[in-house]
Amino acid sequence: MPRKISILVVDDEESVRDSLFNWFTEDGFSVDCAENAKKALTMLESDSYDIILADIKMPGMDGLEMLRRIKSLKSDSIIIVMTAFATVDTAVKALKDGAFDYVTKPFDPDDLTHLIRNATKQISLSEENETLRTKLISLENIEDLIGTSEAMKHVLREVESVAQTNSSVIITGESGTGKELVARAIHANSPRKFFPFVSVHCGALTESLLESELFGHEKGAFTGAMYNRKGRFEMADNGSIFLDEIATISAKMQVELLRVLESKSFMRVGGNKEIASDFRVICATNRDLKSMVEKGTFREDLFYRLNVMNIQLPPLRDRIEDIPLLVDFFIRKYCTSMNRQDMTIDPAAMNRLKEFNFPGNIRELENMIERAIVVGNGKKITLKDLPLEKTMVASPAESLDDFEKSYIFQILNKYNWNISRTASALKVDRVTLYNKIKKYELKPPSGS
Amino acid sequence: MPEITLISFGYFEKDLLESVAEVVKLEFRTSAMVREGHIDLSDYYDPGRRQYNGNTLLKHVDSLILPVTGKMLGLFNVDLFIPILTYIFGQAFLGGRTGIASLYRLNNECYGLSPDHHLMVERFKKEVIHELGHMFGLIHCRMQSCVMKSSTYVEDIDQKNHSLCPECRKWLGENTVEF
Repeated sequence: MPRKISILVVDDEESVRDSLFNWFTEDGFSVDCAENAKKALTMLESDSYDIILADIKMPGMDGLEMLRRIKSLKSDSIIIVMTAFATVDTAVKALKDGAFDYVTKPFDPDDLTHLIRNATKQISLSEENETLRTKLISLENIEDLIGTSEAMKHVLREVESVAQTNSSVIITGESGTGKELVARAIHANSPRKFFPFVSVHCGALTESLLESELFGHEKGAFTGAMYNRKGRFEMADNGSIFLDEIATISAKMQVELLRVLESKSFMRVGGNKEIASDFRVICATNRDLKSMVEKGTFREDLFYRLNVMNIQLPPLRDRIEDIPLLVDFFIRKYCTSMNRQDMTIDPAAMNRLKEFNFPGNIRELENMIERAIVVGNGKKITLKDLPLEKTMVASPAESLDDFEKSYIFQILNKYNWNISRTASALKVDRVTLYNKIKKYELKPPSGS
Repeated sequence: MPEITLISFGYFEKDLLESVAEVVKLEFRTSAMVREGHIDLSDYYDPGRRQYNGNTLLKHVDSLILPVTGKMLGLFNVDLFIPILTYIFGQAFLGGRTGIASLYRLNNECYGLSPDHHLMVERFKKEVIHELGHMFGLIHCRMQSCVMKSSTYVEDIDQKNHSLCPECRKWLGENTVEF
């Protein structure tokens, strides 16, 4: 039901005030009257009115002066001035000073109705605008970056300061810490927010595919290139491009990328025309790029080009205090998407989650909650709904790498070393899984 | 439901008043009687506008001490105005006991058209029910056919019925108290 529009009538003539009061109350408006500008200003200090209908000629402070004062306090006030035929010039002055409209006394009833209808429409448009703006702001409020821990607050502060610049950013952090969410938040809070945010998962593509993906290709550039295709850099024009798993790109692609970052122009694969694009680069990796530079596996010049700003995301085990908030967020998210009643979590289950190491970080927690909602009783998540195995509970004596290694090994064995299924269970891509197997020198147990 | 008294100030055909009272009875499901009243209208005449001031007239009718209980609507056949508007068909205290309505601008002859007695009576019935609706606390309705729809021209009156829409009727049923 629409709210009641409030009107303040300001006129020194009692008969005018009475007439307008009757007219507007019969129309369902909430009406107050003031006999002079001074009283109206006092009333406006304690109450707000949607529409102010004021006579221009009043003893003491006139309507024009009152209009200026109200406008200086609240510039979006809708003020309609009433005037006699002889004072139309003054009414024009009022319009120049910001009055919404003017009406000459006596009014044609239809004129007054139209005038108020227009003002009401203006109010509802402003309110709609405000609602949409609030919605937009709430989208930009980085609402998916959940957490009140000091570590998370620090990240949010960095996102805020980085967003307003145009510099390249590298987001580092373990797998599942929310690097893409941070990249999206940077984009959504930047001046580029109304332009595309284009995400490329570099680790999931071979060198030639990545080249075609980033730069696009011309028809016939290679077998299967049946059409011209825009590349991601081209799509990200005026917006941001997010290069995830940047550490996995080949030496050749590193050179290509450096060239594009320096010139902000490129050619499609198989093309001969230089294409310019204005994009901002946000990269993410779970690897230590600096040590890769030292080892010579990542180009130093590209590293410095990308690493203008760096945001380090804390692993979940370093912000245990955020776990209840995250759990609550995921419960609401999945209960809504599965059209279920909001569930709660058993305190014992929550305590156990807080003790858990979470090698897969937030992604793993999210996965656990989703699963618990699916298998649970629909009311409360209990310990038995959570896939927490005792061996996985944190032990301060072991390093993170040890945890990761043993966790991956365990899941690989669970899926008989089927890479696709294991990668899917771990919610990482196959290339990442291969890299991890290689890094930890994991081998299938004999016989599998 | 409070009873309704229609008080005619000036000459009205008896049949006209009785037919108006009849629809009022049906619409508000209460008793409606017609009485005659006397006011010196010259006190309310504005020579500058050549019209009668509806505001002061309404206040005067409201102040009359008459042996009337319930709602009281003064019926006139003069051109009414209020200071802010060029003319009015009638007005009432919202949720109050008094209202006024005039036949003057409901007559086709007022607009240079040939007289249509039936149309004029229909318009008057609607105007009377409209003002009584305000007196029972109803505000203007958005339904085109509802008698409580605001009418600034006679053509607007012709567009609506002389009955309340279901919403207004429901509101009336829920909010009217005996007094």
